[in-house]
Amino acid sequence: MFTFILRRLLLAIPVLFVVISLTFLLMRLTPGNPFSADRAIPPAVLKKLEAKYQLDGTLWQQYTGYLSDLARGDLRLSTKYLNRSVNEILAQTLPVSATLGSLAFVIALGSGVVLGSYAAVHQNGWQDRAAMFTALLGISLPAFILAPLAILLFAIYLPLFPVAGWGDLDQIVLPAICLALPFAATIARLMRTSMLEVLRLDFVRTARAKGLPEHVVIFRHALKVAILPVVSYSGPLAASILTGSIVVEQIFKIPGLGPFFINSVLNRDLFMVGGTVLVYSVALILFNIVVDVLYFVLDRRIKLDS
Amino acid sequence: MRARLFILTSFCLLVLFSACTRLVEKADFTFINGVEPESLDPAIVTGQPDGRICLALFEGLTSRNAAGAIQPGMAERWEISPDGKTYTFHLRDTKWSNGDPVTAHDFEKSWERVLNPNFVSKYAEQLYYIDRGEEYKLGKVTDFKQVGVRALDDRTLEVRLKNPTPFFLDLCSFTTLLPVHLPSIAKWGDDWIKPGKLVSNGAYQLEDWRIDNFIRLKANPHYWRADTVRLKIIDALPISNASTAFNLFYAGKADMIIDKSLIPTLLLSEIRQQPYFQANPFLATYFYRFNTTRKPFNDPRVRQALALAIDKDRIVTRITKAGEQPAGSFTPPGIPGYTPPAGLELNLAKARELLAQAGFPNGKGFPKFEILYNNSELNKQIATEIQSMWHDQLGLQVGLRTQEWKVYLNTLDSLDYDVARSSWVGDYNDPNTFLDCYITGRGNNRTGYSNPEYDRLVAEANTLRDPAARMDKLKQAETILIERDAPIAPLYYYIGIALFDPAKIGGFEPNVVDEHPLRELYRRN
Repeated sequence: MFTFILRRLLLAIPVLFVVISLTFLLMRLTPGNPFSADRAIPPAVLKKLEAKYQLDGTLWQQYTGYLSDLARGDLRLSTKYLNRSVNEILAQTLPVSATLGSLAFVIALGSGVVLGSYAAVHQNGWQDRAAMFTALLGISLPAFILAPLAILLFAIYLPLFPVAGWGDLDQIVLPAICLALPFAATIARLMRTSMLEVLRLDFVRTARAKGLPEHVVIFRHALKVAILPVVSYSGPLAASILTGSIVVEQIFKIPGLGPFFINSVLNRDLFMVGGTVLVYSVALILFNIVVDVLYFVLDRRIKLDS
Repeated sequence: MRARLFILTSFCLLVLFSACTRLVEKADFTFINGVEPESLDPAIVTGQPDGRICLALFEGLTSRNAAGAIQPGMAERWEISPDGKTYTFHLRDTKWSNGDPVTAHDFEKSWERVLNPNFVSKYAEQLYYIDRGEEYKLGKVTDFKQVGVRALDDRTLEVRLKNPTPFFLDLCSFTTLLPVHLPSIAKWGDDWIKPGKLVSNGAYQLEDWRIDNFIRLKANPHYWRADTVRLKIIDALPISNASTAFNLFYAGKADMIIDKSLIPTLLLSEIRQQPYFQANPFLATYFYRFNTTRKPFNDPRVRQALALAIDKDRIVTRITKAGEQPAGSFTPPGIPGYTPPAGLELNLAKARELLAQAGFPNGKGFPKFEILYNNSELNKQIATEIQSMWHDQLGLQVGLRTQEWKVYLNTLDSLDYDVARSSWVGDYNDPNTFLDCYITGRGNNRTGYSNPEYDRLVAEANTLRDPAARMDKLKQAETILIERDAPIAPLYYYIGIALFDPAKIGGFEPNVVDEHPLRELYRRN
């Protein structure tokens, strides 16, 4: 298993290299200057700025300079938030997004798995229809509708939770639920389909024939196999949910990384874009490795080294 | 399985608790400040939200009161020489937040920092009024001793200006001219603006600053009138989403919204009726630019005709709807001693006549052109409205082109447009902050406009000592700008909007510079 993980990690290096190179080149080719502003900047000042942020010289020099800084772990300075390094911004915002995201992830996974299994066990019953209707609703309601609705209902009409903000425990509830719901719905549908298939398999019949109680059959035996599609979905899900949500974080005023994914591009904040892309790619790669390892843990028939 | 689940849950909870940072003390006052400040270095900042915090942290030679009027700041008094070019400031005996005395040398060195050719400040031009300030910045003068600012002793600062600049005392309160604590810059480098490191001389000191989260200001005990500062702890929240801002205000989590872009437009007509809606005229203009280097917009008759065909009343009553006034002039009304010219008002007959004179009777033969605007709902609505006005009234084929902000700025600078939406906010209470833009070759010109007569009038005006004669010259220049040459068509004057309950919060007065010092605010009990 360790050689497997090591190999995958080594493979990640060329992938990251390509991702970073593409990001840098595309950002440099996009029209718009990181330093342009409402008020014109004298050309001499612009030159100084470009020199300060090492954006002078040929594209090749800029690119290699950036790569060597990255290799040393220096993500450089943000061109938008002066005197702040990308490392510092990530250090302040990523833990916030990861906190919110991990709670949302747990909610999405927990409720999705339970709802999906429940629907499968009661296939075609009213419980199934009710659960799948809820799931459909969850998938169809985007966060930018769900979040304002939740605020209106549970923060303004019924003042149970704060309207926005970050720092107190009650401030995490609404955003975590709003963030989790669409994913919970997807997981529920995945789970239902997979569980229905597994419930027809021989080993489940054997378990029932042994006289095991139904909940043991479902949760001890069937779930372990039926959850595999959910596990593979969880990898990319964890990567995206833990690195921050643009909509939810903005609506609830959560100081996370989410909004930077869009704003840094709009601001042509070159190195911040590099930082967000890097964080997301690393998360994606890591969680996919975790998924593969989990597959192996859950289903011993799978060989990691093949 | 269960053990694993337990470990997972406890790990999540641990992360949760560790990242939830509780503020120990509740702030006396919380306000929504607009977007996240780019910096708090007064020599660098350009945005209004950034400036608001800087002006709470630092104080210049002069400062503004709640009504926006200039009053003594770090300088307790000053003398102006008879030719209006030499100012002698006498500083009061006061301290930085770390206890160091504030001296005239601090001002001299802070201004030298801005003017240093190696220092990047987008606003360094604000110090070009000082004799040889520009030359020093451009490297033509290398010895700062030749520049017109000198600390005669610890408490006396002498400033020599290029021209008698009647708005110089206004400028002295402006962010770029605020003093900074140089020893801490020497010690911390770029990090000097971070909490725990920043040393300030204004009413507040920086207690905390979390990106996109909040800025906490705490009253500075060393401030010279610390006893008049009533709100001891202030939280400034950066928010860029209007609904979120309004939710927080509506739920009572914020006492004030101070940024005009943070009022949800859908609710505007309703919010306007509320007692907490506060609006004041503001030194800022929304206008259209014509690319004077491009045919047929190189013909002033064409530009006049287009300007004359815009129904500005319709735009403010149907689209902006917050009580804005239609703009005739580029300089908004409200500057003491200056009455802007009337400008071109809606006159369709004259517009058609001018267009015919320019060779396009009933719009025949007029090439299809585009209105460029930066992506926003408001800009789009206005552009659509003007598109239909020009089409219906003048028979012109007009397209719309929207661009993302940074791309739009690029397009403006490279004069790659026909007609473009723009806005301008005055930096100080004087027509010069507006009229200076259209001098030949200025970076903010962005229209290719050049008229030697205009340049001469503005330049001459700024050498005059007599305020009335000066304003008269400036008015002549503006008349040429907006009535004769019309490289721009002003649409409306912005208003400053704030939401707060005047029964609870005092010390906030409407003023045209739209500056509302935090140190003046207080709670009514």
